[in-house]
Amino acid sequence: MATITLPASKLDQLKDVCKSFNNDKKELINVLHKAQGIFGYLPAEVQEIIARELNISVAHVYGVVSFYSFFTMLPKGEHPISICLGTACYVRGAEKVIDEFKKHLQIKVGETTADGKFSLSCLRCVGACGLAPVVLVGEKVYGRVAPDGVKKILEEYT
Amino acid sequence: METIKLKIDGKDVTTTKGTTILKAAKEFGIQIPTLCYLHLEDLNIENKPAGCRVCVVEVEGRRNLAPACATECTDGMVINTHNIRVLNARKTVLELILSDHPTDCLVCAKNGICELQTMAQEMGIRELHYQGEQSHYREDTSPAIIRDVDKCIMCRRCEMMCNEVQTVGALSAVNRGFMSVVAPAFEMNLDHSVCTYCGQCVAVCPTGALTEVDHTNNVIRALADPTKTVIVQTAPAVRAALGEEFGLPAGTLVTGKLTAALRRLGFNYVFDTDFAADLTIMEEGTELLNRLNRHLKGEKVALPILTSCCPAWVNFFEHQFPDMRDIPSTARSPQQMFGAIAKTYFADKIQVKRENLVVVSVMPCLAKKYECQREEFATDGNPDVDFSISTRELAHLIKQSNIDFMSLPDEDFDNPLGESTGAGVIFGTTGGVIEAAVRTAYEVQTGKKLENVDFKELRGMEYIREATIDFDGLPIRIGIAHGLGNARELLQDIKDGKSHFHAIEIMACPGGCIGGGGQPLHHGDSSIIKARQKAIYEEDRNKAIRKSHENPYIIELYEKFLGKPMSDKAHHLLHTHYFDKSKEITVE
Repeated sequence: MATITLPASKLDQLKDVCKSFNNDKKELINVLHKAQGIFGYLPAEVQEIIARELNISVAHVYGVVSFYSFFTMLPKGEHPISICLGTACYVRGAEKVIDEFKKHLQIKVGETTADGKFSLSCLRCVGACGLAPVVLVGEKVYGRVAPDGVKKILEEYT
Repeated sequence: METIKLKIDGKDVTTTKGTTILKAAKEFGIQIPTLCYLHLEDLNIENKPAGCRVCVVEVEGRRNLAPACATECTDGMVINTHNIRVLNARKTVLELILSDHPTDCLVCAKNGICELQTMAQEMGIRELHYQGEQSHYREDTSPAIIRDVDKCIMCRRCEMMCNEVQTVGALSAVNRGFMSVVAPAFEMNLDHSVCTYCGQCVAVCPTGALTEVDHTNNVIRALADPTKTVIVQTAPAVRAALGEEFGLPAGTLVTGKLTAALRRLGFNYVFDTDFAADLTIMEEGTELLNRLNRHLKGEKVALPILTSCCPAWVNFFEHQFPDMRDIPSTARSPQQMFGAIAKTYFADKIQVKRENLVVVSVMPCLAKKYECQREEFATDGNPDVDFSISTRELAHLIKQSNIDFMSLPDEDFDNPLGESTGAGVIFGTTGGVIEAAVRTAYEVQTGKKLENVDFKELRGMEYIREATIDFDGLPIRIGIAHGLGNARELLQDIKDGKSHFHAIEIMACPGGCIGGGGQPLHHGDSSIIKARQKAIYEEDRNKAIRKSHENPYIIELYEKFLGKPMSDKAHHLLHTHYFDKSKEITVE
């Protein structure tokens, strides 16, 4: 039995999102995308509501959520950090940049800091290969990031 | 239909446009091996994700090899199904599948009946060239089904059965790449999902990834306990399928040998669930007429009445249509009616205390394992039915006990719970429960004798069937559905107020119990299920009595113990109530 402890206003927002896609099961990915925008992540309860609204099984919704790395079931930090691991960024040392973030934040990829401030994730290519390696903090893009520049980026947010 | 010409392995072949290479080859006697592909032709069930790539063939002029199960023939195509390039690729594909599969075949539940094992044998795999990381998941044991996902090869047959055929939606492919696996939502255990335990996933799983919870050892221990009286009931569909486990052709009736084998296993009394099926008709039929006559008088009653013999179906509506749980009959299933009567009426008769009487059932079904564990079917913690084993488990038990099944004589069931009518027998197939109900309800309602008991209009394999039966001027409209997806359609019609039926029979498994999740594996051959259906009707024809209310032991049971159908005692022992199992959502 799932007990939902999500704010009612956000829940209404979620149902409106489903309605805006005509509760069409083919729009599942779009609905999930918007839902993650509302809640910051996709907890089980949110997936159950989406399944009910679109008249599909929860197992199917979870199947899609667990397939795409963009979707997360863990709450993200206030400032979500994403490091591009596309080919260009990778060959220009993105991995060392990740290591530096891990060292400073004391978390692994996919985790959130204890104070809820930062979370760390990887993504594949943001289409800015000329700026490789690329790091995103929230919506802000940082290009040509070197390991020794990591500390400075973090300081902007503390 | 447009005819096209092509060449397969040097032979000129003519087929119709749209035919897959696999089917065209089969028509000309070429058996291309398959693994993920599954086609139950008579039941219109097909799984062709083209995922395993074992069926690859060479199409001249095409750069890569083509999966035969999912590639359509085109005019002038030249196909090689077993040249060196194809054979090497096929072997490599199989070896890669095996590289992430445990090799504990000797102690696997599917040893000897595993399709992956058979294929490795047929392809002559003697060495595994690819060694690498293997995926590991925890095992999931539910009341009826075990998931050992390490053995999953992602053929996705189970997912297709669960979602497309049954529309249960308990299973889905989750995660990605090497981590992908078929699992319930949030990778929870099955017993936390909407699973109905219909067992159709188990029935089609090619490997040991999905198997039943084996209760044979519990039965062996009970039989060995001198303080216990152990009795057995066997469902109608078992006699039409058990022979397959001993090499007999599908559709061979083995009722006499089955009875003899159970007696040799040491059961003190060998009884028949068919007796309880006759009892079910007395209760369910009375309930049907009750509701019908009140409806005719203008009262507001829940119609259509839905049958309630099938435990997977009960689980289904408790999860998915909980607001409609006043519509199904309250009659318990034959398995549970048998248990309730055995542990009261029969226990008294033979002067054995309830706790010293062990009731075992042999069922074509895995949901029956769950059903007998339901709390409402126990008295002071002692269940009415102690253990339910499948047809497959019984075959194992017979083989383990040094019984030469084929040389057994034909024996009869014991009394009083072993006598049954043709109406009880046909409970094993889709259409059978409602036909049995009609045979009795007609005579009770009209007061006239039914001359022809064969209601052919209720028989068949079509997923949704309907017929109107003339009850001496009163037309009774009957619906039948098998496969839970089809049941959902009829249920939705009722919900939308569009249903015009008086009574509906529902069985969860395609074909009914003959196609149950506990039956010998059909390995994708639906003619086996059809043959079992034929056998069930043959057994019905051979019975001296063919109407439930004429069973002399049923008449005696009511006279001496129950009173009349739907009496207080009958209600207490033979009826049940249903629960809302949908997820409660509370918003803070």
